[in-house]
Amino acid sequence: MAEKVLMKGNEAIAEAAIAAGCRHFFGYPITPQTEVAAYMSKRMPKIGGVYLQGESEVASINMVLGAGAAGVRVMTSTSSPGISLMAEGISYIAGSEVPCLIVNVERGGPGLGGIQPSQSDYFQAVKATGHGDFHMLVFAPSTVQETVDLISDAFDLGDKFRIPTMILSDGLLGQMMEPVVLPEPKDPVDNKDWAAKGHQDKRKHNVINSLYIDPAELERKNRDRFEKYRIIQENEQRAEEYLADDAEIVLVAFGASSRIAHSAVDMARKKGIKAGLVRPITLWPFPEKFLNKHAAHAKVFLSVEMNMGQMVDDVRLAIRDSKPVRFFGRTGGIVPTPAEVLQQIEKLNGGEF
Amino acid sequence: MNILLAGFGGQGILFTGKVIAYAGLMEGAEVSWLPSYGPEMRGGTANCSVCLSDNKIGSPLVTNPDVLVAMNLPSLEKFEKDVVPGGIIIVDSSIIEKKVSRTDVTTIYIPASEIAENAGIKGAANMVILGKLFKETSFCTAENLDKGLQKTIPARKMELLDKNRLCIRLGIEN
Repeated sequence: MAEKVLMKGNEAIAEAAIAAGCRHFFGYPITPQTEVAAYMSKRMPKIGGVYLQGESEVASINMVLGAGAAGVRVMTSTSSPGISLMAEGISYIAGSEVPCLIVNVERGGPGLGGIQPSQSDYFQAVKATGHGDFHMLVFAPSTVQETVDLISDAFDLGDKFRIPTMILSDGLLGQMMEPVVLPEPKDPVDNKDWAAKGHQDKRKHNVINSLYIDPAELERKNRDRFEKYRIIQENEQRAEEYLADDAEIVLVAFGASSRIAHSAVDMARKKGIKAGLVRPITLWPFPEKFLNKHAAHAKVFLSVEMNMGQMVDDVRLAIRDSKPVRFFGRTGGIVPTPAEVLQQIEKLNGGEF
Repeated sequence: MNILLAGFGGQGILFTGKVIAYAGLMEGAEVSWLPSYGPEMRGGTANCSVCLSDNKIGSPLVTNPDVLVAMNLPSLEKFEKDVVPGGIIIVDSSIIEKKVSRTDVTTIYIPASEIAENAGIKGAANMVILGKLFKETSFCTAENLDKGLQKTIPARKMELLDKNRLCIRLGIEN
Protein backbone atom coordinates (compact mmCIF):
# COMPACT_ATOMS: atom_id res chain seq x y z
CA MET A 1 0.00 0.00 0.00
CA ALA A 2 1.17 3.50 -0.74
CA GLU A 3 2.44 5.61 2.12
CA LYS A 4 0.06 7.65 4.23
CA VAL A 5 0.86 11.33 3.98
CA LEU A 6 -0.58 14.33 5.75
CA MET A 7 -2.33 16.54 3.26
CA LYS A 8 -4.64 19.50 3.28
CA GLY A 9 -8.08 18.68 1.90
CA ASN A 10 -7.70 21.25 -0.85
CA GLU A 11 -4.32 19.98 -2.00
CA ALA A 12 -5.56 16.41 -1.87
CA ILE A 13 -8.42 17.40 -4.20
CA ALA A 14 -5.89 18.65 -6.74
CA GLU A 15 -3.60 15.65 -6.46
CA ALA A 16 -6.50 13.19 -6.68
CA ALA A 17 -7.82 14.90 -9.79
CA ILE A 18 -4.39 14.64 -11.41
CA ALA A 19 -4.23 10.96 -10.47
CA ALA A 20 -7.64 10.50 -12.10
CA GLY A 21 -6.19 11.82 -15.35
CA CYS A 22 -7.35 15.42 -15.17
CA ARG A 23 -4.92 17.65 -17.06
CA HIS A 24 -7.05 20.76 -17.46
CA PHE A 25 -7.88 23.17 -14.68
CA PHE A 26 -9.56 26.53 -15.03
CA GLY A 27 -10.44 28.67 -12.06
CA TYR A 28 -10.30 31.87 -10.13
CA PRO A 29 -8.97 32.25 -6.58
CA ILE A 30 -11.28 32.53 -3.58
CA THR A 31 -10.91 31.65 0.10
CA PRO A 32 -11.16 28.95 1.44
CA GLN A 33 -10.52 27.10 -1.82
CA THR A 34 -7.41 28.80 -3.18
CA GLU A 35 -4.98 25.97 -2.32
CA VAL A 36 -6.63 23.81 -5.00
CA ALA A 37 -5.76 26.33 -7.68
CA ALA A 38 -2.35 27.12 -6.17
CA TYR A 39 -1.45 23.43 -6.14
CA MET A 40 -2.65 22.99 -9.72
CA SER A 41 -0.65 25.99 -10.88
CA LYS A 42 2.51 24.31 -9.58
CA ARG A 43 1.80 20.78 -10.76
CA MET A 44 0.06 21.11 -14.12
CA PRO A 45 2.95 22.69 -16.05
CA LYS A 46 5.24 19.91 -14.83
CA ILE A 47 3.04 17.10 -16.15
CA GLY A 48 2.04 18.57 -19.48
CA GLY A 49 -1.29 19.83 -18.21
CA VAL A 50 -3.05 23.16 -18.44
CA TYR A 51 -3.57 25.49 -15.51
CA LEU A 52 -5.28 28.69 -16.39
CA GLN A 53 -6.63 31.41 -14.15
CA GLY A 54 -9.52 33.00 -15.99
CA GLU A 55 -10.32 36.67 -15.61
CA SER A 56 -13.36 35.63 -13.56
CA GLU A 57 -15.41 32.61 -12.53
CA VAL A 58 -17.68 33.25 -15.51
CA ALA A 59 -14.77 32.95 -17.91
CA SER A 60 -13.33 29.94 -16.10
CA ILE A 61 -16.50 27.85 -16.22
CA ASN A 62 -16.87 28.56 -19.93
CA MET A 63 -13.31 27.35 -20.46
CA VAL A 64 -14.36 24.20 -18.62
CA LEU A 65 -17.27 23.84 -21.04
CA GLY A 66 -14.92 24.19 -24.00
CA ALA A 67 -12.36 21.71 -22.74
CA GLY A 68 -15.03 19.24 -21.68
CA ALA A 69 -16.65 19.50 -25.10
CA ALA A 70 -13.29 18.60 -26.62
CA GLY A 71 -13.39 15.40 -24.58
CA VAL A 72 -10.70 15.96 -21.96
CA ARG A 73 -10.99 15.49 -18.21
CA VAL A 74 -11.47 18.98 -16.88
CA MET A 75 -12.29 20.61 -13.59
CA THR A 76 -12.73 23.86 -11.78
CA SER A 77 -12.90 24.68 -8.12
CA THR A 78 -14.25 27.66 -6.26
CA SER A 79 -16.13 28.63 -3.14
CA SER A 80 -19.77 29.59 -2.71
CA PRO A 81 -19.97 33.06 -4.34
CA GLY A 82 -17.91 31.65 -7.19
CA ILE A 83 -20.50 28.94 -7.85
CA SER A 84 -23.19 31.60 -8.10
CA LEU A 85 -21.11 33.32 -10.77
CA MET A 86 -20.62 30.01 -12.56
CA ALA A 87 -24.31 29.12 -12.45
CA GLU A 88 -25.03 30.11 -16.04
CA GLY A 89 -22.06 28.15 -17.38
CA ILE A 90 -22.96 25.09 -15.34
CA SER A 91 -26.45 25.15 -16.83
CA TYR A 92 -24.94 25.35 -20.32
CA ILE A 93 -22.64 22.45 -19.46
CA ALA A 94 -25.58 20.35 -18.26
CA GLY A 95 -27.60 21.30 -21.35
CA SER A 96 -24.68 20.43 -23.61
CA GLU A 97 -24.22 17.12 -21.75
CA VAL A 98 -20.57 17.76 -21.11
CA PRO A 99 -18.89 15.93 -18.23
CA CYS A 100 -16.69 17.94 -15.88
CA LEU A 101 -15.87 18.16 -12.20
CA ILE A 102 -16.88 21.20 -10.18
CA VAL A 103 -15.58 21.57 -6.64
CA ASN A 104 -17.28 23.86 -4.14
CA VAL A 105 -15.35 24.46 -0.93
CA GLU A 106 -18.25 26.14 0.81
CA ARG A 107 -18.10 29.25 2.96
CA GLY A 108 -20.85 31.14 4.76
CA GLY A 109 -23.44 33.10 2.75
CA PRO A 110 -25.54 34.68 1.34
CA GLY A 111 -23.72 37.40 -0.55
CA LEU A 112 -20.04 37.69 0.15
CA GLY A 113 -20.98 36.18 3.51
CA GLY A 114 -17.90 35.05 5.38
CA ILE A 115 -14.94 32.81 4.75
CA GLN A 116 -15.47 30.24 7.49
CA PRO A 117 -16.85 26.72 6.81
CA SER A 118 -20.50 26.33 5.91
CA GLN A 119 -22.94 23.98 4.19
CA SER A 120 -25.33 26.64 3.08
CA ASP A 121 -25.06 25.81 -0.62
CA TYR A 122 -27.01 22.57 -0.23
CA PHE A 123 -30.07 23.92 -2.05
CA GLN A 124 -27.88 25.37 -4.78
CA ALA A 125 -25.98 22.12 -5.27
CA VAL A 126 -28.92 19.71 -5.34
CA LYS A 127 -31.88 21.79 -6.51
CA ALA A 128 -30.81 24.58 -8.82
CA THR A 129 -27.18 25.25 -9.65
CA GLY A 130 -28.44 27.08 -12.70
CA HIS A 131 -31.57 27.56 -14.78
CA GLY A 132 -33.41 24.78 -16.54
CA ASP A 133 -34.27 21.12 -16.07
CA PHE A 134 -31.09 19.49 -14.85
CA HIS A 135 -29.24 17.84 -12.01
CA MET A 136 -25.65 17.17 -11.13
CA LEU A 137 -24.30 14.18 -9.30
CA VAL A 138 -23.27 15.73 -5.99
CA PHE A 139 -20.84 14.02 -3.64
CA ALA A 140 -20.33 15.13 -0.03
CA PRO A 141 -17.14 13.66 1.41
CA SER A 142 -16.50 13.83 5.15
CA THR A 143 -12.77 13.13 5.33
CA VAL A 144 -9.75 14.04 3.25
CA GLN A 145 -9.36 10.37 2.27
CA GLU A 146 -12.97 10.14 1.15
CA THR A 147 -12.58 13.35 -0.84
CA VAL A 148 -9.68 11.77 -2.70
CA ASP A 149 -11.58 8.54 -3.32
CA LEU A 150 -14.71 10.26 -4.57
CA ILE A 151 -12.90 12.44 -7.09
CA SER A 152 -12.02 9.48 -9.24
CA ASP A 153 -15.64 8.23 -9.05
CA ALA A 154 -16.94 11.69 -9.86
CA PHE A 155 -14.87 11.86 -13.04
CA ASP A 156 -15.80 8.30 -14.06
CA LEU A 157 -19.53 8.71 -13.48
CA GLY A 158 -19.50 12.12 -15.14
CA ASP A 159 -18.01 10.53 -18.25
CA LYS A 160 -20.34 7.55 -18.08
CA PHE A 161 -23.49 9.66 -17.98
CA ARG A 162 -22.19 12.78 -19.73
CA ILE A 163 -23.14 15.02 -16.82
CA PRO A 164 -21.35 17.58 -14.67
CA THR A 165 -20.49 16.26 -11.21
CA MET A 166 -19.80 18.19 -8.04
CA ILE A 167 -17.72 17.62 -4.94
CA LEU A 168 -19.38 19.61 -2.18
CA SER A 169 -16.64 20.30 0.34
CA ASP A 170 -16.36 23.11 2.86
CA GLY A 171 -13.77 25.32 4.54
CA LEU A 172 -13.23 22.78 7.29
CA LEU A 173 -12.54 19.82 5.00
CA GLY A 174 -10.56 21.99 2.59
CA GLN A 175 -8.26 23.53 5.19
CA MET A 176 -7.69 20.57 7.48
CA MET A 177 -4.92 18.05 7.12
CA GLU A 178 -5.52 14.35 7.58
CA PRO A 179 -3.55 11.26 6.68
CA VAL A 180 -4.34 10.16 3.18
CA VAL A 181 -3.25 7.43 0.79
CA LEU A 182 -3.18 8.86 -2.69
CA PRO A 183 -4.54 6.71 -5.51
CA GLU A 184 -2.38 5.23 -8.24
CA PRO A 185 -2.39 7.47 -11.31
CA LYS A 186 -4.59 6.23 -14.13
CA ASP A 187 -5.29 7.11 -17.70
CA PRO A 188 -8.99 7.51 -18.37
CA VAL A 189 -10.41 5.42 -21.17
CA ASP A 190 -10.97 7.64 -24.18
CA ASN A 191 -14.33 6.55 -25.50
CA LYS A 192 -15.90 9.96 -26.01
CA ASP A 193 -17.04 9.50 -29.57
CA TRP A 194 -19.45 12.39 -29.06
CA ALA A 195 -16.69 14.90 -28.34
CA ALA A 196 -15.61 17.70 -30.66
CA LYS A 197 -12.00 16.64 -31.02
CA GLY A 198 -11.45 16.64 -34.75
CA HIS A 199 -13.26 14.46 -37.31
CA GLN A 200 -10.34 14.21 -39.76
CA ASP A 201 -12.90 13.95 -42.59
CA LYS A 202 -13.73 10.47 -41.39
CA ARG A 203 -17.09 11.17 -39.80
CA LYS A 204 -19.75 13.85 -39.53
CA HIS A 205 -18.74 16.58 -37.18
CA ASN A 206 -20.04 16.45 -33.61
CA VAL A 207 -22.06 19.37 -32.34
CA ILE A 208 -21.95 20.28 -28.66
CA ASN A 209 -24.72 22.73 -27.96
CA SER A 210 -27.39 23.64 -25.45
CA LEU A 211 -29.60 25.65 -27.81
CA TYR A 212 -32.74 23.90 -29.08
CA ILE A 213 -35.17 26.37 -30.58
CA ASP A 214 -37.75 23.72 -31.44
CA PRO A 215 -39.76 23.06 -28.26
CA ALA A 216 -40.45 19.45 -29.23
CA GLU A 217 -36.76 18.78 -29.66
CA LEU A 218 -35.88 20.47 -26.38
CA GLU A 219 -38.57 18.51 -24.58
CA ARG A 220 -37.19 15.30 -26.03
CA LYS A 221 -33.66 16.25 -24.98
CA ASN A 222 -34.83 16.98 -21.45
CA ARG A 223 -36.84 13.77 -21.21
CA ASP A 224 -33.84 11.78 -22.44
CA ARG A 225 -31.65 13.43 -19.84
CA PHE A 226 -34.15 12.72 -17.10
CA GLU A 227 -34.15 9.07 -18.12
CA LYS A 228 -30.42 9.13 -17.30
CA TYR A 229 -31.22 10.80 -14.00
CA ARG A 230 -33.71 8.03 -13.22
CA ILE A 231 -31.00 5.41 -13.76
CA ILE A 232 -28.62 7.42 -11.58
CA GLN A 233 -31.23 7.71 -8.83
CA GLU A 234 -31.76 3.98 -8.96
CA ASN A 235 -28.11 2.93 -8.93
CA GLU A 236 -25.90 5.63 -7.54
CA GLN A 237 -27.37 6.49 -4.13
CA ARG A 238 -24.66 6.28 -1.51
CA ALA A 239 -24.70 6.67 2.26
CA GLU A 240 -22.90 5.41 5.31
CA GLU A 241 -24.91 4.06 8.23
CA TYR A 242 -23.49 4.19 11.73
CA LEU A 243 -25.25 2.42 14.62
CA ALA A 244 -28.48 3.08 12.74
CA ASP A 245 -29.96 -0.44 12.77
CA ASP A 246 -31.56 -0.20 16.20
CA ALA A 247 -31.58 3.57 16.47
CA GLU A 248 -34.61 5.36 17.85
CA ILE A 249 -33.09 8.73 17.09
CA VAL A 250 -31.60 8.77 13.60
CA LEU A 251 -29.29 11.67 12.86
CA VAL A 252 -28.86 12.68 9.24
CA ALA A 253 -25.74 14.69 8.44
CA PHE A 254 -23.27 15.00 5.58
CA GLY A 255 -19.74 16.30 5.15
CA ALA A 256 -18.15 18.22 8.01
CA SER A 257 -21.29 18.22 10.17
CA SER A 258 -21.51 14.42 9.93
CA ARG A 259 -18.19 14.21 11.78
CA ILE A 260 -19.71 16.15 14.66
CA ALA A 261 -22.92 14.09 14.50
CA HIS A 262 -20.81 10.91 14.60
CA SER A 263 -19.14 12.06 17.84
CA ALA A 264 -22.52 13.06 19.29
CA VAL A 265 -23.93 9.59 18.50
CA ASP A 266 -21.00 8.01 20.37
CA MET A 267 -21.64 10.27 23.36
CA ALA A 268 -25.36 9.45 23.31
CA ARG A 269 -24.71 5.70 23.12
CA LYS A 270 -22.47 5.96 26.19
CA LYS A 271 -25.47 7.39 27.99
CA GLY A 272 -27.60 4.49 26.83
CA ILE A 273 -29.53 6.51 24.25
CA LYS A 274 -30.24 4.62 21.04
CA ALA A 275 -28.93 7.15 18.56
CA GLY A 276 -27.55 6.42 15.10
CA LEU A 277 -26.41 8.24 12.01
CA VAL A 278 -27.17 8.05 8.32
CA ARG A 279 -24.58 10.03 6.41
CA PRO A 280 -25.51 10.85 2.82
CA ILE A 281 -22.45 10.53 0.58
CA THR A 282 -24.44 11.47 -2.52
CA LEU A 283 -26.66 14.50 -1.97
CA TRP A 284 -28.09 14.14 -5.44
CA PRO A 285 -29.29 11.51 -5.85
CA PHE A 286 -30.45 11.78 -2.25
CA PRO A 287 -29.97 8.39 -0.54
CA GLU A 288 -33.67 7.76 0.11
CA LYS A 289 -33.19 3.99 0.23
CA PHE A 290 -30.83 4.27 3.18
CA LEU A 291 -33.12 6.55 5.14
CA ASN A 292 -36.23 4.54 4.40
CA LYS A 293 -34.62 1.45 5.88
CA HIS A 294 -34.66 3.12 9.28
CA ALA A 295 -38.04 4.85 9.18
CA ALA A 296 -39.79 1.86 10.75
CA HIS A 297 -37.73 1.65 13.94
CA ALA A 298 -36.87 5.33 14.33
CA LYS A 299 -38.95 7.50 16.61
CA VAL A 300 -37.58 10.71 15.19
CA PHE A 301 -35.01 11.97 12.68
CA LEU A 302 -32.62 14.82 13.42
CA SER A 303 -30.98 16.63 10.54
CA VAL A 304 -27.69 18.22 11.62
CA GLU A 305 -26.33 20.81 9.23
CA MET A 306 -24.14 23.89 8.98
CA ASN A 307 -26.97 25.98 7.53
CA MET A 308 -30.57 26.83 8.42
CA GLY A 309 -31.98 23.40 7.62
CA GLN A 310 -31.73 23.05 3.86
CA MET A 311 -31.69 19.22 3.89
CA VAL A 312 -34.75 18.80 6.12
CA ASP A 313 -37.26 18.66 3.25
CA ASP A 314 -35.28 15.96 1.48
CA VAL A 315 -35.25 13.83 4.64
CA ARG A 316 -39.02 14.33 5.03
CA LEU A 317 -39.62 13.34 1.40
CA ALA A 318 -37.32 10.35 1.69
CA ILE A 319 -39.25 8.89 4.60
CA ARG A 320 -42.59 10.17 3.25
CA ASP A 321 -43.12 12.12 6.48
CA SER A 322 -43.69 8.84 8.29
CA LYS A 323 -41.76 10.13 11.33
CA PRO A 324 -41.07 13.60 12.66
CA VAL A 325 -37.96 15.25 11.25
CA ARG A 326 -36.27 17.82 13.46
CA PHE A 327 -33.33 20.11 12.78
CA PHE A 328 -30.29 21.40 14.54
CA GLY A 329 -27.69 23.54 12.89
CA ARG A 330 -25.26 26.40 13.15
CA THR A 331 -24.69 28.79 10.32
CA GLY A 332 -22.61 31.74 9.19
CA GLY A 333 -19.33 29.85 9.52
CA ILE A 334 -19.86 28.38 12.99
CA VAL A 335 -19.10 24.69 13.39
CA PRO A 336 -21.47 22.99 15.84
CA THR A 337 -19.94 21.12 18.77
CA PRO A 338 -20.71 17.48 19.60
CA ALA A 339 -21.99 18.65 23.01
CA GLU A 340 -24.56 20.92 21.34
CA VAL A 341 -25.78 18.07 19.16
CA LEU A 342 -25.90 15.70 22.15
CA GLN A 343 -28.12 18.20 23.93
CA GLN A 344 -30.58 17.99 21.04
CA ILE A 345 -30.46 14.20 21.09
CA GLU A 346 -31.19 14.20 24.82
CA LYS A 347 -34.16 16.50 24.33
CA LEU A 348 -35.57 14.21 21.67
CA ASN A 349 -34.88 11.17 23.83
CA GLY A 350 -36.94 12.80 26.56
CA GLY A 351 -39.87 12.79 24.17
CA GLU A 352 -39.58 16.48 23.40
CA PHE A 353 -40.18 16.38 19.65
CA MET B 1 -5.45 14.34 22.99
CA ASN B 2 -6.65 17.67 21.67
CA ILE B 3 -4.04 20.38 21.33
CA LEU B 4 -4.53 24.05 20.55
CA LEU B 5 -1.47 26.05 19.56
CA ALA B 6 -1.85 29.81 19.35
CA GLY B 7 0.33 32.85 18.80
CA PHE B 8 1.26 35.47 16.23
CA GLY B 9 1.54 34.62 12.57
CA GLY B 10 5.20 33.86 11.84
CA GLN B 11 5.98 32.12 15.11
CA GLY B 12 5.71 28.73 13.48
CA ILE B 13 2.42 27.77 15.08
CA LEU B 14 1.13 25.86 12.06
CA PHE B 15 4.50 24.21 11.51
CA THR B 16 4.64 23.01 15.12
CA GLY B 17 1.14 21.60 14.80
CA LYS B 18 2.16 19.75 11.68
CA VAL B 19 5.17 18.19 13.39
CA ILE B 20 2.89 16.96 16.18
CA ALA B 21 0.36 15.60 13.70
CA TYR B 22 3.03 13.83 11.65
CA ALA B 23 4.61 12.38 14.81
CA GLY B 24 1.15 11.12 15.78
CA LEU B 25 0.73 9.59 12.35
CA MET B 26 4.09 7.81 12.74
CA GLU B 27 2.79 6.57 16.09
CA GLY B 28 -0.18 4.99 14.36
CA ALA B 29 -2.75 7.37 15.82
CA GLU B 30 -5.69 8.97 14.05
CA VAL B 31 -4.69 12.59 13.52
CA SER B 32 -6.07 15.86 12.23
CA TRP B 33 -4.63 19.35 11.82
CA LEU B 34 -6.74 22.43 11.27
CA PRO B 35 -5.42 25.98 10.94
CA SER B 36 -7.29 29.18 11.57
CA TYR B 37 -7.45 31.05 8.29
CA GLY B 38 -8.41 34.46 7.04
CA PRO B 39 -8.13 37.91 8.54
CA GLU B 40 -7.84 36.72 12.15
CA MET B 41 -4.37 35.47 11.28
CA ARG B 42 -3.16 38.97 10.49
CA GLY B 43 -1.90 40.48 13.71
CA GLY B 44 -4.06 38.76 16.29
CA THR B 45 -4.03 35.07 16.87
CA ALA B 46 -2.94 32.46 14.40
CA ASN B 47 -4.00 29.18 15.85
CA CYS B 48 -3.98 25.57 14.98
CA SER B 49 -6.00 22.59 16.25
CA VAL B 50 -4.34 19.20 16.39
CA CYS B 51 -6.19 16.03 17.42
CA LEU B 52 -4.46 12.76 18.22
CA SER B 53 -6.77 9.85 18.97
CA ASP B 54 -7.14 6.08 19.01
CA ASN B 55 -10.58 6.52 17.47
CA LYS B 56 -11.96 8.18 14.38
CA ILE B 57 -11.74 11.95 14.82
CA GLY B 58 -15.05 13.81 14.85
CA SER B 59 -14.65 17.54 14.89
CA PRO B 60 -11.08 18.57 13.99
CA LEU B 61 -11.82 21.94 15.56
CA VAL B 62 -10.48 21.97 19.12
CA THR B 63 -12.78 24.08 21.27
CA ASN B 64 -11.73 22.60 24.63
CA PRO B 65 -8.06 21.66 24.46
CA ASP B 66 -6.30 19.18 26.73
CA VAL B 67 -3.15 21.15 25.99
CA LEU B 68 -2.97 24.85 25.16
CA VAL B 69 0.24 26.35 23.86
CA ALA B 70 0.13 30.14 24.18
CA MET B 71 2.84 32.09 22.40
CA ASN B 72 1.34 35.55 22.80
CA LEU B 73 -0.85 37.38 25.30
CA PRO B 74 -4.02 37.65 23.15
CA SER B 75 -3.93 33.87 22.68
CA LEU B 76 -3.61 33.18 26.39
CA GLU B 77 -6.41 35.61 27.19
CA LYS B 78 -8.64 34.18 24.50
CA PHE B 79 -8.19 30.46 25.15
CA GLU B 80 -7.26 30.08 28.84
CA LYS B 81 -10.88 29.60 29.87
CA ASP B 82 -11.44 26.85 27.29
CA VAL B 83 -8.84 24.37 28.55
CA VAL B 84 -10.38 21.25 30.10
CA PRO B 85 -10.00 20.96 33.89
CA GLY B 86 -6.84 18.98 34.57
CA GLY B 87 -5.39 20.12 31.26
CA ILE B 88 -2.04 21.72 30.53
CA ILE B 89 -1.20 25.27 29.54
CA ILE B 90 2.29 25.93 28.18
CA VAL B 91 3.24 29.60 28.14
CA ASP B 92 6.20 31.24 26.44
CA SER B 93 7.14 33.35 29.46
CA SER B 94 9.66 35.43 27.55
CA ILE B 95 6.74 36.89 25.56
CA ILE B 96 3.89 36.70 28.08
CA GLU B 97 4.38 38.27 31.49
CA LYS B 98 0.87 37.56 32.70
CA LYS B 99 0.29 34.52 34.89
CA VAL B 100 -2.44 31.97 34.27
CA SER B 101 -5.24 32.59 36.74
CA ARG B 102 -6.79 29.13 36.65
CA THR B 103 -5.84 26.71 39.39
CA ASP B 104 -7.47 23.58 37.98
CA VAL B 105 -4.89 23.17 35.21
CA THR B 106 -1.16 22.48 35.13
CA THR B 107 0.66 25.57 33.93
CA ILE B 108 4.17 25.44 32.56
CA TYR B 109 6.11 28.64 32.04
CA ILE B 110 9.10 28.35 29.76
CA PRO B 111 11.10 31.29 28.39
CA ALA B 112 11.15 29.61 24.99
CA SER B 113 12.04 32.65 22.88
CA GLU B 114 14.95 33.48 25.18
CA ILE B 115 16.21 29.90 25.19
CA ALA B 116 16.12 29.74 21.40
CA GLU B 117 17.83 33.10 21.06
CA ASN B 118 20.56 32.16 23.52
CA ALA B 119 21.19 29.06 21.47
CA GLY B 120 21.66 31.33 18.47
CA ILE B 121 18.48 30.24 16.72
CA LYS B 122 16.14 33.19 16.87
CA GLY B 123 12.60 32.34 15.93
CA ALA B 124 12.74 28.70 16.99
CA ALA B 125 10.84 29.21 20.24
CA ASN B 126 8.16 26.97 18.76
CA MET B 127 10.56 24.02 18.75
CA VAL B 128 11.57 24.68 22.36
CA ILE B 129 7.88 24.62 23.26
CA LEU B 130 7.45 21.43 21.25
CA GLY B 131 10.22 19.80 23.28
CA LYS B 132 8.47 20.85 26.47
CA LEU B 133 5.11 19.60 25.25
CA PHE B 134 6.70 16.28 24.31
CA LYS B 135 8.31 15.94 27.73
CA GLU B 136 5.11 16.77 29.61
CA THR B 137 2.70 14.64 27.60
CA SER B 138 4.81 11.89 25.97
CA PHE B 139 2.35 12.02 23.08
CA CYS B 140 4.74 9.96 20.97
CA THR B 141 8.17 8.30 21.13
CA ALA B 142 11.33 10.38 20.70
CA GLU B 143 11.98 8.49 17.48
CA ASN B 144 8.58 9.34 16.04
CA LEU B 145 8.92 12.97 17.10
CA ASP B 146 12.10 13.16 15.07
CA LYS B 147 10.44 11.44 12.13
CA GLY B 148 7.60 13.93 12.38
CA LEU B 149 10.11 16.76 12.24
CA GLN B 150 11.85 15.30 9.22
CA LYS B 151 8.54 14.85 7.41
CA THR B 152 7.51 18.43 8.10
CA ILE B 153 10.64 20.36 7.17
CA PRO B 154 10.51 21.00 3.44
CA ALA B 155 13.37 19.46 1.44
CA ARG B 156 14.82 22.85 0.53
CA LYS B 157 15.23 23.75 4.20
CA MET B 158 16.67 20.48 5.43
CA GLU B 159 19.79 22.28 6.63
CA LEU B 160 17.64 23.57 9.49
CA LEU B 161 16.92 20.06 10.76
CA ASP B 162 19.71 19.98 13.34
CA LYS B 163 18.91 23.45 14.65
CA ASN B 164 15.33 22.38 15.18
CA ARG B 165 16.49 19.21 16.88
CA LEU B 166 18.68 21.25 19.20
CA CYS B 167 15.78 23.49 20.19
CA ILE B 168 13.53 20.52 20.85
CA ARG B 169 16.25 19.12 23.13
CA LEU B 170 16.55 22.43 24.95
CA GLY B 171 12.81 22.36 25.51
CA ILE B 172 13.02 18.88 26.96
CA GLU B 173 15.90 19.83 29.25
CA ASN B 174 14.65 23.20 30.50
